[in-house]
Amino acid sequence: MIKLGQNQDDLADEIKALSGINFSACFHCRTCTNACPFLEGMDYAPNKIIRLIQFGQEETALKSSTIWVCVGCNTCSSCCPMAIDIPAIMDGLRHKAIEKGIKIAEPDILSFHTEVLNTVKKYGRTHKLEIMMRYKLKKLDLLSDMGMGLNMLKKRKLDLTPSKVKDKKAIEKIFKDR
Amino acid sequence: MKKSSKTGEIYYKPPKLKYSFFPGCSLKASGHENTMSLMKFCDRVNIELKELEDWNCCGSSSAHSINHSIAENLPMRNISLVPKGVPLLIACPSCLLRMKSMYLKIKGDEALKQEYENRWGQPFDEELEIIHFFEIFSRIRLEDYIENPRGKLKNLKVAVYYGCMLSMPPDLKDEKSYYGIMEKTLSKLGAEIAPYGYGMRCCGTYLSAAKPQIAQTVVNEIVSRAMEAGAECLVTACSMCHLNLEIRCTIKNPIPTLHFSELLSMALDVKDQKKWFPRHIVDPVPMLKKRGLITS
Ligand code: SF4
Ligand code: SF4
Repeated sequence: MIKLGQNQDDLADEIKALSGINFSACFHCRTCTNACPFLEGMDYAPNKIIRLIQFGQEETALKSSTIWVCVGCNTCSSCCPMAIDIPAIMDGLRHKAIEKGIKIAEPDILSFHTEVLNTVKKYGRTHKLEIMMRYKLKKLDLLSDMGMGLNMLKKRKLDLTPSKVKDKKAIEKIFKDR
Repeated sequence: MKKSSKTGEIYYKPPKLKYSFFPGCSLKASGHENTMSLMKFCDRVNIELKELEDWNCCGSSSAHSINHSIAENLPMRNISLVPKGVPLLIACPSCLLRMKSMYLKIKGDEALKQEYENRWGQPFDEELEIIHFFEIFSRIRLEDYIENPRGKLKNLKVAVYYGCMLSMPPDLKDEKSYYGIMEKTLSKLGAEIAPYGYGMRCCGTYLSAAKPQIAQTVVNEIVSRAMEAGAECLVTACSMCHLNLEIRCTIKNPIPTLHFSELLSMALDVKDQKKWFPRHIVDPVPMLKKRGLITS
């Protein structure tokens, strides 16, 4: 078990509590990193994120792009010899970063998640067209991907009207105490 | 008992299987052709799917990424809607993961169980079975419904694509793995499998929207490797993967991507292709015609 740094215990314990994962067992074999399909889009490799927390480098981990680029595909956790749930750690760190008001390294990804949840809040289900429109508006970027969007419309891959849950109250209840 | 039209032999007709069906947002909307063909297939193999009444989004990666309480409560409500004694069948790997993880979490946590029961006014169903569509291949035999299975997808060379659905987080490690089920089933129907080594590479999921460049790189790699291996089409078991493979592929003249359920339905002589294929970005019709698998 590796223990270094001052804040280490605090953040490490919080992330452990949030994710329920004991990542102290990580011995940095890099299996996760070698397996990750999105390594190129990350500033720190997945095992390095674990290393940062082990070393008490809280800020750096929370500011990383890695925690946002990770899609939770579980490719890494399926082959980790220590059965460490790496995406759950990333989840914990993302929540922490939002809670602490840290500058988000990948605002587009956060904005996308927010738009998805907005439609779920409204309809109980996602509505792709609205998600994309609002996401693009926020980015002030309506033109990129336009051709693809139109093609999807033509192929009826984007429904104009959302599919909705009838029991609106139940959905409100889910979103109320967040 | 049913008589075979050709040979007059009597063969066994298995009992009807009944499931609650959770489509999820992808299958319901962009992947509607996946739902249509899946329903048809199930109908032909004597499986009754009843859509889960008033289901909601499972929360997918987005709820998981930014809000714990919502990520837990969305699947919880769905679980509370399942009629007792009927297994819940899910075809979307991502919905399955969210729902199953949550179900097992409640099962193993008395306090959470209490919270669930108070909130959703339902006793927690300890016996509820949540299964992926793949599980039905352990419960039915295709041979019971198809007379000459090997002739059905004859000579079609396919690359099967599971995406990350076979990858399981540690909390689901004890779950059954369905590795090989598409290969096995499609070869049984006469298709030839092109091995290409990228069948389990994640498709990029929502990065396709938020970071198109990253998604494009992985998608192009998957499709081009399948083509190098000689595949004439890719076959997916996930609507979202299907969409990403189609919209984020920028290589010239890519092979089409078919839903596993579409090929299954075709093997059972369902003639609804005109409802499914116009919804594909890469038209599979010319290739299927060339192979003599469809006529019009
Ligand atoms: S695979 Fe597991 S043990 Fe190896 S570096 Fe990654 S998290 Fe650590
Ligand atoms: S879960 Fe995240 S870190 Fe792990 S392989 Fe997938 S994208 Fe990479």
